[in-house]
Amino acid sequence: MSKIGTIARRTFLIGSAAVVGGVAFGYYAYKTPADNPLLDDLKEGQAALTPYVRIDASGITLITPRADKGQGAYSVQAALIAEELDVELDQIKADPGPPSKAYYNTALAEESVPFAPTDQGFAAETSRGVVDAIMKFLGMQVTGGSTTVPDGFEKLRYAGAVARETLKAAASEQTGINAASLKTAKGMVILPDGQALSYESLAPLAAKIAPVNDVTLRDPSQWRLIGKPMQRIDVVPKSTGMQRYGIDFEIDGMVHAAIKLNPQAGGAVHGFDATEAMKMRGVHKVMAVTGGIGVLADNTWRAFQAAEAVTCEWGAAPFPAEQAEHWSALENSFTDAHFDNRQRDDGDTDAALIGADVVSAEYRVPYLAHAPLEPVNATVRVTDDRVDVWTGTQIPRFVQATVADMTGVDVKNVHVHVLMMGGSFGHRLEDDNVRLAVEMAMQVKGTPVKLTYSREEDMTHDYRRQIAMARGQGVVKEGQVETFDLGIAMPSIISSQMGRQGISVPGPDATIVQGAWEQPFAIPNYRVTGYRTPELAPISSWRSVGASSNGFFHESFLDELIHAAGADPLAERIRLCSDDVSRKVLETVGEMSNWSSDLGPNRGRGVAFTTSFGAPVAEVIEVTNTEDGIRIDKVYVAAEVGTVVDPVNFDNLVKGGVVFALGHAMNCEITFSDGAVEQTNYDSYEGMRMSQCPEIIVRALENGTKVRGIGEPPVPPAAPALANAIFAATGQRIREMPFDKHIDFT
Amino acid sequence: MRLTVDGKTHDVDVEEDMPLLWVLRDEIGIKGVKYGCGIAACGACTVHINGEAVRSCQTSISDVDGPVTTIQGLGTPDILHVVQEAWIEKQVAQCGYCQSGQIMQAVAFLMETPDPTDAEIDEAMSGNLCRCGTYPRIREAVKLAVLKMPEA
Ligand code: FES
Ligand code: FES
Repeated sequence: MSKIGTIARRTFLIGSAAVVGGVAFGYYAYKTPADNPLLDDLKEGQAALTPYVRIDASGITLITPRADKGQGAYSVQAALIAEELDVELDQIKADPGPPSKAYYNTALAEESVPFAPTDQGFAAETSRGVVDAIMKFLGMQVTGGSTTVPDGFEKLRYAGAVARETLKAAASEQTGINAASLKTAKGMVILPDGQALSYESLAPLAAKIAPVNDVTLRDPSQWRLIGKPMQRIDVVPKSTGMQRYGIDFEIDGMVHAAIKLNPQAGGAVHGFDATEAMKMRGVHKVMAVTGGIGVLADNTWRAFQAAEAVTCEWGAAPFPAEQAEHWSALENSFTDAHFDNRQRDDGDTDAALIGADVVSAEYRVPYLAHAPLEPVNATVRVTDDRVDVWTGTQIPRFVQATVADMTGVDVKNVHVHVLMMGGSFGHRLEDDNVRLAVEMAMQVKGTPVKLTYSREEDMTHDYRRQIAMARGQGVVKEGQVETFDLGIAMPSIISSQMGRQGISVPGPDATIVQGAWEQPFAIPNYRVTGYRTPELAPISSWRSVGASSNGFFHESFLDELIHAAGADPLAERIRLCSDDVSRKVLETVGEMSNWSSDLGPNRGRGVAFTTSFGAPVAEVIEVTNTEDGIRIDKVYVAAEVGTVVDPVNFDNLVKGGVVFALGHAMNCEITFSDGAVEQTNYDSYEGMRMSQCPEIIVRALENGTKVRGIGEPPVPPAAPALANAIFAATGQRIREMPFDKHIDFT
Repeated sequence: MRLTVDGKTHDVDVEEDMPLLWVLRDEIGIKGVKYGCGIAACGACTVHINGEAVRSCQTSISDVDGPVTTIQGLGTPDILHVVQEAWIEKQVAQCGYCQSGQIMQAVAFLMETPDPTDAEIDEAMSGNLCRCGTYPRIREAVKLAVLKMPEA
């Protein structure tokens, strides 16, 4: 039986429940008289526990609902619980747990409301509250938008604290010693005489008493783990080949599957001939699947080979076949008919532009693939009354619902086992891999089917980063930027992505201007307008989402205006900055990079600043114009995140974000020809290699009041800082990614 | 066909042109060796044959002419290779998917070049892609491994 303690003055409640041989602590959601769809299965007054801590005879398990795609989420979530629970990270197991409605994500919604993250006024907070409700409704257990730390920062620590105090109460009941005289450390309650009782031994008793819910979180000055370098819990398995990912999953009786889908994604399949493939060794079955064919075989390579040997007749893609048509759709979008939103409109931009000496420029960014190093995959076993799915996914709740729908099996009996991911960058916010594996598994009921995408299928059937264009017009006056007018056109990421989950999102799409409209600058006439290009090739969230293109647009154009004004790129940004916390970020990067020092001949530095996902980040890049092309020498990053949970992981994520952003800016694009993607493997989609990797110097700032994630915010300012540095070194403005269309790199 | 992998002998019955990668992963069950591209463009599948780093996705099983060492034979969580020790101390991994290949590449490189320059490290490691961008830490770990390597 579950029990609930007194309700503390916060919006969530941590409680406990007995489990076999022990106790679980977690977040309680109530069934209240007002219908709460989160708790469909409960009667009024009952509650459901989403466990975060489980203690039984087998040890201490910390349940970390946000998926780990390489960003260290399991470690960070475990550290937040362990901080208050008084356990060491090497004493615990981390488990992503089953998909649960109660694992909704409240921090993600912040990015989709029209208030700048620096705006914490009443209207802004209230509106964010409204979106929270939508998130609850959707029951989104979504990992994305750099929300793992913000979302869990309080909840997980409370869970640890309630568990600790309840275990102390159990020890008190067992020994008769007042709980106030008990201490905790390393997974044990310590009695005044030094005797130690393990949490495991106390767990059965802790399950029987009322949880101690009235706890105060420790002051940051008392933190043992948060803010100190930690050893990530997965670093040893990941350095010894022992970490298992989705692609490594194995189960008895499993068959291997491959697919060959219409390279013109979404086009029809008119027919196929599998005669040759069926003669190949180890091939069990060739079948039609949505968008193409699937092969079952006794080995991954044999399945790949057989899929290639099937000849198919394909229909045309439901979007323009040639790249030039995609660009013209964007070019034609800067009209009233395509107007989507204008959330920034300070001063009188129209009046300021009339009769003025207008500086104008146009920018472009291409489609990009996510291309995580582990190709997408899924293992599925379907029986009449139960389905198991083993896969790396950021959206386990959606996967569960989709699979229930497809198979007709009750959602309660659809078990999604979330496995470690070899990267994602947003790719695993999609679930086609699971859908296709389910289609195949339904044809061989009882047999587990492991579908592995070849690299080529993974990149061809990725949902890409948005293609986008921007047009800027501006005016400078007396050495200052006076008017900044930026129009951005792209198809809607939200409607493409959510549409695939069967959700339509009415109204404007804030991601069209994300990373541009909410920047903390006080320019007298300052306008940012979003135009919605009709849907082209389907698109999706790619690390930093709208800001991945818009940071480049905003910061490139601002740099051009500052240059036209004859001002210093850093000093003018600092002068224009209207937010103290952000200004500090700019000042810090200036000091780190010794901004006003002379770099010598053929060298240049550029700066860019973007606030995204609530985190202001400034980067300064130094380049040298060598005989073999541009060499990126150094990158300085100042990033504001409120509180750094693990400085090592923080440093690694920031550097990784910079490398990711610069690699794509230099040499990556996805283009279409004959309706098909032209770049299907890393030979034509290289990214950055080690020999091109600059030295990266990172500093974290902790002046903000809210805790922010850092997976995405280092990405947007990197490309414009590089373009601005190239301009400083060569006088050449690069307004289009990838930059290697216009200049060579060493 | 007979194959020695990580000190153990295996008899496998497969097509001559099956890449070593898939023999290791699907026939012998050594999942520490990773598939990333299949065209020798990423290095995730790197193993040693006769102590030399090769891309197992582009090595047909019939071309394997000596003992194979994989990341799982290099060291274990209890008995780490010095390069693995360095990787752990520097906390290189993010998703970790490329790191088996990175480590195998670094080990073979350091055997040949025990005292490398920065430029030599960059060049030797540039065939190994890391989509998470851990290159700065890989550099540090290789340099730390140089210090840890027992004198040859
Ligand atoms: S899988 Fe062999 S090099 Fe990429
Ligand atoms: S750590 Fe993810 S690809 Fe290298």
